[in-house]
Amino acid sequence: MKKTPINQIHRQLGARMVDFGGWDMPVQYSGVIAEHLAVRSAAGLFDVSHMGEIEVSGAQAFDFLQYATTNDLSPLVNGQVQYTALCYETGGVVDDLTLYRFAADRYLLCVNASNSDKDFAWLQNLLKRSTYSDLSLINRSEEYAQLALQGPMAAEILTTLTTADLPALKFYRFIEAEVAGIAMIVSRTGYTGEDGFELYCAAADGVKLWQGLMAAGQPLGLQPIGLGARDTLRLEKAYALYGHEITADIMPLEARLAWITKLKKGHFVGRDAMVKAKEMGLPRQLIALTLTESGVPREGYPVFSAGQEVGYVTSGTMSPSLKKGIALALVETAVAKSDQALEIGIRKRQIPAERTTLPFVK
Amino acid sequence: MDFPEELRYTEDHEWVLVEGDVATIGISDFAQDQLGDVVFVELPEVGDTLEAGKNFGVVESVKAVSDVYAPISGEVIEVNEELPDGPEALNTSPYEDGWMIKVKLTDSTAADSLMDATTYQKFIEED
Repeated sequence: MKKTPINQIHRQLGARMVDFGGWDMPVQYSGVIAEHLAVRSAAGLFDVSHMGEIEVSGAQAFDFLQYATTNDLSPLVNGQVQYTALCYETGGVVDDLTLYRFAADRYLLCVNASNSDKDFAWLQNLLKRSTYSDLSLINRSEEYAQLALQGPMAAEILTTLTTADLPALKFYRFIEAEVAGIAMIVSRTGYTGEDGFELYCAAADGVKLWQGLMAAGQPLGLQPIGLGARDTLRLEKAYALYGHEITADIMPLEARLAWITKLKKGHFVGRDAMVKAKEMGLPRQLIALTLTESGVPREGYPVFSAGQEVGYVTSGTMSPSLKKGIALALVETAVAKSDQALEIGIRKRQIPAERTTLPFVK
Repeated sequence: MDFPEELRYTEDHEWVLVEGDVATIGISDFAQDQLGDVVFVELPEVGDTLEAGKNFGVVESVKAVSDVYAPISGEVIEVNEELPDGPEALNTSPYEDGWMIKVKLTDSTAADSLMDATTYQKFIEED
């Protein structure tokens, strides 16, 4: 199994380790609920070094990425981050990612761990088949350690370790700076819905960064957070997770990701299929549901309306903040647009579920 | 981890306390630790019949759904009404506040064939 540079620390902390797409990763330290609440009320530190990083640089990097991704790169300035996706010609999703613009001719793509080899091969193949040639693709996934510092206390913790002007660093912007004496990318982004940072440093400096952050943050309530709470935190904010809300068989337009799908920017991979699907009427739509009785909705559970199966749960959990069962579900568009009562099938029962505006936790 | 001597244990990590012809049933300290934070418990109703080896309830943590199996046969005479609203008792007090059901035994010697605390501890270590 693959290990991040922080692996030994997780083991020393007594984390419960799991095989996460071929990576030996911590699923929890003290417990999912305690960790979740720590991030909402103070701060949490996540090892996300398993994420992949792909560098795209060269005179045609912009044009190639404009062709390969769904969002529009043209409004981006240097130091800006963008949430976007790679799609197949069918309109299904190869992966979702964050794109970092360093310069007009240099970008870094941060992609899902289990997709990084697939994404890199996909991009190489796209490049080969395209008319673009003046650019290079480099898979830098092995070179980086990545830690996410998230929560209302994140900025205060980071301030103690850097002279960088953090108040000037806005949401979805990044700078190159020193933290704890280590050179890195400091990005004001995250996957929890809280204020926070994603920090990219050399793999060899990962342990030092983890230890520096924990030492500075512990007095302010910083705790290590595993993948269990990472999932409940993102789900409360209704952030899509690849393999669940978006897959090769689900278009971004079906998954409430029209805002990263810029059909008017010109041609891009998957656009034709999306335009056609939109004209025909998208068959499914992602909706948010909250159980009105006790129960835990889970991925794959059926959604019913008037006794008919109309869709399925893509992600579900017991929300630690709301103490209610919450779910994202992909249902027939007609049902999504109606106000028909819905139920989620949990074992032999159908539990009433209320439509909820996103996110679950504001 | 704690495994009280007076209890009997199953390979599915339930515990049984037999007093006369009544058995109290729950899940072991090992089971709750493996599950993590318990957030939902589904119990049978008073009057339901349990058959040894068949599932009688469900315990769900944030990450997982787990069936709970009847260690012995009998009739449910009481269920822990506190659990649906306070499922975390299974984590904080698996042998006391976290008891799940009480059963009137069909055969009061049925629990004798289950593991004692020492055997169960060995079973966990080897598993």
